[in-house]
Amino acid sequence: MSEPAQTSRKKQEYEHTLDSSDSSVAQFDHKHRNLFDTVQHFLHGNPTMVPVIVLVFSIIIFGFVAGPKFFSPFNLSLILQQVAVIGILAAAQSLVILTAGIDLSVGAIMVLMSVIMGQLAITLGVPAPIAIIIGFIGGIAAGALNGFLVTRIKLPPFIVTLGTWNIFFALNLWLSGAQSIRSQTLDEIAPLLKFFGESIAIGGARITYGSILMLAIFGVLWYILNHTSWGRHVYAIGDDKEAAELSGIRTNRTLIMVYGLAGLVCAVGAWASIGRVGSVSPQSFQEANLQSITAVVIGGISLFGGRGSIIGPLIGALIVGVFNSGLRLAGVDVLWQVFAIGWLTIIAVAIDQWIRKVSA
Amino acid sequence: MSNAHTPVLKARGIVKRYGRVTALDRADFDLYPGEILAVIGDNGAGKSSLIKALSGAITIDEGSIELDGKPIGFTSPMEAREAGIETVYQNLALSPALSIADNMFMGRELRKPGIMGKYFGALDHKAMQRIAREKLTELGLMTIQNINQAVETLSGGQRQGVAVARAAAFGSRVVIMDEPTAALGVKESRRVLELIADVKARGMPIVLISHNMPHVFEIADRIHVHRLGKRLCTIKPDDYSMSDAVAFMTGAKEAPDISDAA
Repeated sequence: MSEPAQTSRKKQEYEHTLDSSDSSVAQFDHKHRNLFDTVQHFLHGNPTMVPVIVLVFSIIIFGFVAGPKFFSPFNLSLILQQVAVIGILAAAQSLVILTAGIDLSVGAIMVLMSVIMGQLAITLGVPAPIAIIIGFIGGIAAGALNGFLVTRIKLPPFIVTLGTWNIFFALNLWLSGAQSIRSQTLDEIAPLLKFFGESIAIGGARITYGSILMLAIFGVLWYILNHTSWGRHVYAIGDDKEAAELSGIRTNRTLIMVYGLAGLVCAVGAWASIGRVGSVSPQSFQEANLQSITAVVIGGISLFGGRGSIIGPLIGALIVGVFNSGLRLAGVDVLWQVFAIGWLTIIAVAIDQWIRKVSA
Repeated sequence: MSNAHTPVLKARGIVKRYGRVTALDRADFDLYPGEILAVIGDNGAGKSSLIKALSGAITIDEGSIELDGKPIGFTSPMEAREAGIETVYQNLALSPALSIADNMFMGRELRKPGIMGKYFGALDHKAMQRIAREKLTELGLMTIQNINQAVETLSGGQRQGVAVARAAAFGSRVVIMDEPTAALGVKESRRVLELIADVKARGMPIVLISHNMPHVFEIADRIHVHRLGKRLCTIKPDDYSMSDAVAFMTGAKEAPDISDAA
């Protein structure tokens, strides 16, 4: 080691032929691609474009099918209002799915927290703001429990959240006695709980605070995921957990925070859901879990983790809303709305698989 | 001449057990300033465990590790990185869907100056992209055109290049490379060996784990032969042939005195 300059002293015998070869290393191939490949590459770089294109096309198509009613400000704001709660749950779901997990308990956490807020405020007479804050803390705790079981006990997220879904649902029935809290009761004692059902009128549109809340939640999560270290770590963990660990990320800690944040978003959704329904109903939003997953998948977030934009699920939720609204205005039976959403989900995952197969 | 230096990285009697398996059995290790030390050994000799112990990926059961004469006890790769030890893992530890810049700064992202960075944790994407581009250019890797390109769109050699550039950019004391040419073709291997020589030329000591004897004998200053969980001997590539080295590491030949080249 006395003469470091000697290091690259001798080439291997078999490598001498390299001198006469092309010395460029792994250049990019700029061969002409056909349209199909070009589209595939474009979508690989911009996965959120798929739901955006689907949304634009479905708006155009339903505009024709359902007539001018569809484009009325009232109807468009109604779509926004109808997707608000599912959209918020989809935002929570996205966080978990980005880490290559899944959270089947988002709907159950939301309903449980709405019952806790309602019972505290109405039955126990706790001031509404405190009841709401306790609900938020409960949401974080419920999510963190999922995260703890996933990271420390090392159980698959599917199994953990399947279990907690049932546990939270049972707790919800127990705490509520399977009874709803009526709208009038809320108005008398804790009108704050219905805050997100109120709306502002702009022209013919009625935009509820719940719709604005949903957009705000997506905005905040977009910022966190794209412009903070923590957000980049969430993507890295979903992409390759072991690589993230070796890069020095405390993966388990980050994962618990992801589940906890998802729980908090669900609890915020709980407050919004009281405003949306107008009452606290332990039986509401039974299908919210799967609808949130549908919105995430249609929104182009990969179930394998690490890929997709948080804006996708917002678009995904809007697509579902547009389909439901358009089909209803066109006088189509509700069962065909469900039918259409089912196909949409399958097609969305098929497109995701196709994009992921892009050749470098 | 190397005897005049104190080792940058030194391990004495380190032990790591996995259940009944003893992966490291009172192993010693010395890395001197400015050198390339190759670590060779048969499969299961404990090379990976040794490297993981030095890079903080595993915690040792017994023994001591010193960096610049100061005892260290890493419990995570993060701590080793903060101490200036960078590792290029065999699987590269890159996130395929993230960009080159994201990957280079993974776990040590730069924040914007001012309120946005301090209170809102806003990342300084521009600065990170600029620095990443500089680092890749320094190592002659700017055949990569777009720093925001996802790592999965790069070839094997380019990925290796990104991982080496990351280690070279942030390693202040030691760079450890685990099988950097194992998955590469002839031309790309050559390029990576040149990269390693470039990193060494800046005075950075390098630990190189490799199965490729020609590469080891070409680039290493000293060769640490690992066998049955411990250091068998350290040899100089000029003093022995490749078949000698293979004979030592497989036990076909009696090892020379351990202090030969240390």
